[in-house]
Amino acid sequence: MSVRVFVPIDASALSVGAEEVAAAITRETARRGAKIALVRNGSRGLFWLEPMVEVETKAGRIAYGPVSADDVAGLFDADFLAGGKHKLCLGPTEEIPYLKRQERLTFARCGIIDPLSIEDYRAHGGFAGLEKALAMAPKEIVETVVESGLRGRGGAGFPTGIKWRTALAATADQKYIVCNADEGDSGTYADRMIMEGDPFMLIEGMAIAGFAVGATEGYLYIRSEYPHAFAQMERAVKVARDAGYLGSNIRGNGRSFELHLRLGAGAYICGEETSLLESLEGKRGEVRFKPPLPAIEGLFGKPTVINNVVSLASVPIILDKGAGFYRDFGMGRSRGTLPIQLAGNVKRAGLVEKAFGVTLRELIEDFGGGTATGRPVRAVQVGGPLGAYFPTSMLDLSMDYEAFAANNGMVGHGGVVVFDDTADLAKQARFAMEFCAIESCGKCTPCRLGSTRGVEVIDRIVADEDRAANIELLGDLCATMTDGSLCALGGLTPYPVMSALTHFPEDFDRPRKRAAAE
Amino acid sequence: MQNHTPWQPEIAKALIAERRALPGAVIPILHALQDRFGYVDKEAVPMIAEALNLTRAEVHGVVTFYHDFRGAPPGRHVVKVCRAESCQSMGCDSLIAHIEKKVGASLKHTAGDGSVTLEPVYCLGNCALSPALMWNGDLYGKMTPQKFDRLHKAKVGGS
Repeated sequence: MSVRVFVPIDASALSVGAEEVAAAITRETARRGAKIALVRNGSRGLFWLEPMVEVETKAGRIAYGPVSADDVAGLFDADFLAGGKHKLCLGPTEEIPYLKRQERLTFARCGIIDPLSIEDYRAHGGFAGLEKALAMAPKEIVETVVESGLRGRGGAGFPTGIKWRTALAATADQKYIVCNADEGDSGTYADRMIMEGDPFMLIEGMAIAGFAVGATEGYLYIRSEYPHAFAQMERAVKVARDAGYLGSNIRGNGRSFELHLRLGAGAYICGEETSLLESLEGKRGEVRFKPPLPAIEGLFGKPTVINNVVSLASVPIILDKGAGFYRDFGMGRSRGTLPIQLAGNVKRAGLVEKAFGVTLRELIEDFGGGTATGRPVRAVQVGGPLGAYFPTSMLDLSMDYEAFAANNGMVGHGGVVVFDDTADLAKQARFAMEFCAIESCGKCTPCRLGSTRGVEVIDRIVADEDRAANIELLGDLCATMTDGSLCALGGLTPYPVMSALTHFPEDFDRPRKRAAAE
Repeated sequence: MQNHTPWQPEIAKALIAERRALPGAVIPILHALQDRFGYVDKEAVPMIAEALNLTRAEVHGVVTFYHDFRGAPPGRHVVKVCRAESCQSMGCDSLIAHIEKKVGASLKHTAGDGSVTLEPVYCLGNCALSPALMWNGDLYGKMTPQKFDRLHKAKVGGS
């Protein structure tokens, strides 16, 4: 019997040579006359170990990593196909502490299965949620999601079930499900991992959403920076359609759901839901006024549920295991699990799915192992480019929506970017304004003009021009952007700016400090 | 290397016709044109407007809104370098300075010999392996000046 060998096809794994490793394994297998079945799985999310090769043995899966193409012959010599000892051997994958300490619900299958095998997917609980949904009335599906406490994992944290309830109540000849895979926040990659490593889960979640609100058409909008994810989803949609999980009369049940893929075009703002809808309609990605809510008047003017990838991917397990099962994870009003993405200057960067409530310190120190450079941590940005910079004195903050909101920050899409003590927070604050200026859709004045004025004001503060007055002006400008912007881009850019100024004032005062020292 | 065809209105017309019935067809059409020609020629704007019953202004507005669409042919290679926060935390600013010098072009420009177009990008989703860049659609992580020089030599040749 041939041994199953897993080499990830995840874009991050490819970025450090997974393709070369897979080719070397194929070559070496042929040369030695060995028998293997090479599976191109998703990533387990232990990125510092990528490319991580796994072998299925009698004792379970054994991991090796990080493997380079040059290591492959040595791995064969060490009989890695039987789990043999080698300096790169990490032991049984499931026993790696980083993985073992997680609560993987949404990422339960990612990295384990062959992403394009329906049989593999089903053998690991796939489509169980969809089968249950097919036997339920739309209202029952919606109420299950409401009861689960699932909130939008894209960043805003709006209760998913409430959006669904609104769309279900709307009457129209056509409704749509739109999945927002415009994962633009720096420090995040959970959506990408799902699309590359467990694409059927997203398809299943979208189909269930369709049954729930009576939508027969879905659009998946993937950012153009993710060509690997786009190609993988194209393949997965075809497989799912051929197997009767998409199209008309799904599983002979009489319900229909068709899924279309669309590629973004490099605009961060299209991660904002109404801007994404404009883009899908073929227009400039300009934010819409709300109301009307997309659930009432969304894509092409029709009732539309628009949810993030992780939100929709969490739906199958909620339907399968029940609302209570999911709700029992988490704390307060933050229920379930959050796939946290450790990124930036951290030794062990990767995906950590935990129930809400884990602290930043546990994430950065216990999981992350400190900085990659070995220098002290100085700042942590949570929630993408619109998230706050926190100093090390605030690392005991727990990851939940309310705790972050109470500290002028946000959990966002779950990205945690670590900076060491070489970071200049005035520079980061300036970048936040610059980024807002680059990505502003231009519809509202506080965002379009405020961001450019913000860059200028920060430049004057750093140059020590009329400091006190300019710091006051920056505060005023940020208040105007917060209160007067149409969407989160202009509205939240003040988070990174003001948190940098509040927690790291010394970085805005360098010329004066230098002068004092001289 | 990119495999682009020089601008030909007849090919563009066919690409537009194949997609004109798609809901929200403008962006799929623009992607198809750029994939084929490497950029969106300004002659394409009235063609798209005509096919979709839009004004030229509307189509021009879409083309210029999105960072992806180029108004002129790129170099033989397109390198997108991430300059977002995660990559900043791993020193992308100095890496970019090195890359600009090596390539002989600053971000948003093409080297004088037409070899490489450098484009800034804000996140490639490779934040666990920062700094990152994308060379003609292939993703690279944990980039260093030395690794970039090797990559540049392998793809472009020279020293």
